[in-house]
Amino acid sequence: MNTILHFVKKEFLQFKRDPKMFIIILFAPIVQLVFLGYAANMDVENVKTAIIDRNRTTESRLLIEKLEQSGYFSIEYYINDYKEAEKLIEKGKVICVLSFPVDFDTKLSRGESAQLQAIFDGSDGNTASIAAGYMIKLVAEHSQKIVLTARDKSGKALLIPATISAETRNWYNPTLKTRNFMVPAIVGLLLMIVTLILTSLAIVKEKEIGTMEQLIVTPIKPHQLIIGKLIPFTILGMVSVVVVLTAMRVIFNIPVRGSILLLFVSSFFYVLSLLGFGLFISTISKTQQQAMMLSIFVVMLPMTFLSGFSFPIENMPYFIQMVSYLIPLKYFIVIIRGIILKGVGIGILWDEILILFLMGITILYFSSKNFQKKIN
Amino acid sequence: MSIKRINAIIIKEFKQLLRDKRYLFVLFFFPVFLLGMFGYAVNFDVKNIKLAVMDNDNSKESREFIKTLISSEYFILSGYIEKDSDIKPMLDNQDVQLILVVPQNFSTELAKNNGKPSLQFLVDGVNGNTALIINNYITSAAMNFNAKIQTGFAEKAGITSLSPINFQPRFWFNPSLETTKYLIPGLIAMILIVTAVVSVSLSLVREKERGTIEQIKVSSVNTIEMLLGKAVPYVCIAMLNGILVLIAGMLLFNLEIQGSYLLLLLTTSIFLLAGIILGIFVSVVADSQQVAFTIAVFLSFLPSFILSGFVFPIDSMPPIIQIITNITPAKFFVAASRSIILKGAGVSAIYDQLMYLILYTLFFLILAVLISIKKEKEL
Repeated sequence: MNTILHFVKKEFLQFKRDPKMFIIILFAPIVQLVFLGYAANMDVENVKTAIIDRNRTTESRLLIEKLEQSGYFSIEYYINDYKEAEKLIEKGKVICVLSFPVDFDTKLSRGESAQLQAIFDGSDGNTASIAAGYMIKLVAEHSQKIVLTARDKSGKALLIPATISAETRNWYNPTLKTRNFMVPAIVGLLLMIVTLILTSLAIVKEKEIGTMEQLIVTPIKPHQLIIGKLIPFTILGMVSVVVVLTAMRVIFNIPVRGSILLLFVSSFFYVLSLLGFGLFISTISKTQQQAMMLSIFVVMLPMTFLSGFSFPIENMPYFIQMVSYLIPLKYFIVIIRGIILKGVGIGILWDEILILFLMGITILYFSSKNFQKKIN
Repeated sequence: MSIKRINAIIIKEFKQLLRDKRYLFVLFFFPVFLLGMFGYAVNFDVKNIKLAVMDNDNSKESREFIKTLISSEYFILSGYIEKDSDIKPMLDNQDVQLILVVPQNFSTELAKNNGKPSLQFLVDGVNGNTALIINNYITSAAMNFNAKIQTGFAEKAGITSLSPINFQPRFWFNPSLETTKYLIPGLIAMILIVTAVVSVSLSLVREKERGTIEQIKVSSVNTIEMLLGKAVPYVCIAMLNGILVLIAGMLLFNLEIQGSYLLLLLTTSIFLLAGIILGIFVSVVADSQQVAFTIAVFLSFLPSFILSGFVFPIDSMPPIIQIITNITPAKFFVAASRSIILKGAGVSAIYDQLMYLILYTLFFLILAVLISIKKEKEL
């Protein structure tokens, strides 16, 4: 026990010697959280739109006004033909071009069906499909209004078929803002980066500098060395948990609906599993350069893409879904989103929390085992 | 500046790189491997939405509506619910993403003149983007159902149509609205820039840490010569990597390049050059490998993922953040390569992006040289 304490002291002394590192580790996550938190937004608003209005009557203008007032579309250009439309879309100046035919108002007044055409830049399939959805809905509303005014004007008691209305209620996030969904996950990403940067070099650095030999000749045992390395990093990791979670609460004003204690406990398990990955990389690498590349390619990138952070796991092919079970961030994201956005508790999240805990313990066991073998 | 001295540095650097076979393997294997794996993972397509139904009406009409819902490729019926109290746990547990509640009076209201039967949909809104698309599907399902009723009704009444506006949306470049092809260029950008920045940022720092930099300094090589000599081998590696990744992208994901291959290659080279220079800048600023690694990750990893327009549209960001997006060269590459690959755009459509990239490269090159000269004087 005493040996471990001395070792922990040595580690802290080393931190103190490199204040630049300390500042970066403490403040970079906050700065990044601010930038990325505001940037991570998939809401589709103010879709840049160009209008080809061959009709130029009150009828066409009424619909254009309706689109603009909805807040979903911002009319940037009035153009004359499709050639111009093509140029604007190709340059990315507009995403949508709406075209009114010459006979738009006459057809409407005669009670016939008027053709209305819209072109969307489909290259961003997500934005295009959401924007088209908005437009379909707005045009349908407008269409319904025209029918009703026509009926009122005619004064006849026309028979009108029933129309079903879909009342949608979006639970947990009624405004469907994506920011609240993304920011907690960014917290998970930042914690991953900070802990990996700290730990992946922890042992290989001593190897490269040559101080590892000195450690091996001391009476310290391999598992004591791992624990001694682990304690300071866990403390730093938890400090960064507190800092980042506070920043999230204060800057983005995202309330935590569930238990804060549970949030910290699961963050602790998450950090533990990351420390395990970091130390494992550090024991198998020969140089710091190798360790950094491994932590980027084997841990950081897979965690980012396969954790469900931005790409839903349900959409992935079966094999890749299997791989995602090995990703601690996947479980942490479910937990942090569950606690913060849904306010659910341990009754529902117990399996994710347990898996994180087991993952942490297992990988730490293996890295200390691996380290032991290397020494002998 | 002497070509001969730069050459000497280049040869030395190459020899050092070739000595570490394991590192080289990592450098070439992982970018292609990860592109292959992630390429299948990156998409926002919303399909197979798990749906539970609570049918309080249980009539012919309600069953017909449910049938039209699940016959589309978007919804999968995962079960029926009997009581209200089952709704919350199902959504809490993420067993389903959507619950449809049919009210008791659905069929009677549907039969009335100008009746307004309503259907209740409860959506898991946690992922706002997916939920929004689900909302859109629901709206169009309801509208299609209405249109069917109306045509039947109109036929009986002897009128042709009741819908005054016939709205036809069309989608250019990508009619099926698949998201994978749009995301692959961003994925390529991220993998390439992280590899380039991290690999090069360590090269100079390592010499500082080991003390071999003094040996170079006492020789006749000056700062600019050394920085250029250091950059060249990494540019070669990055270019090779870039070509491999582009080929892999084309083969694995049937990425048909609509525009010119040459233009794409040129854009990629300028982008990689920018990445290398950014790496050089990091290695000038940092004094230890750990600090270099940290700065490199914070400069290249998350910005190229979140600020580049790869995942989150830049137009949706607040104005200040839109300015900050210029910190990552990936932003320009993503915009330019998407135009070339998906829209077949030529030089005229993307030259401004290329100019930005060149300016970006020059800016960081000058900054790196200035800082390194200043640091030398301090010694």
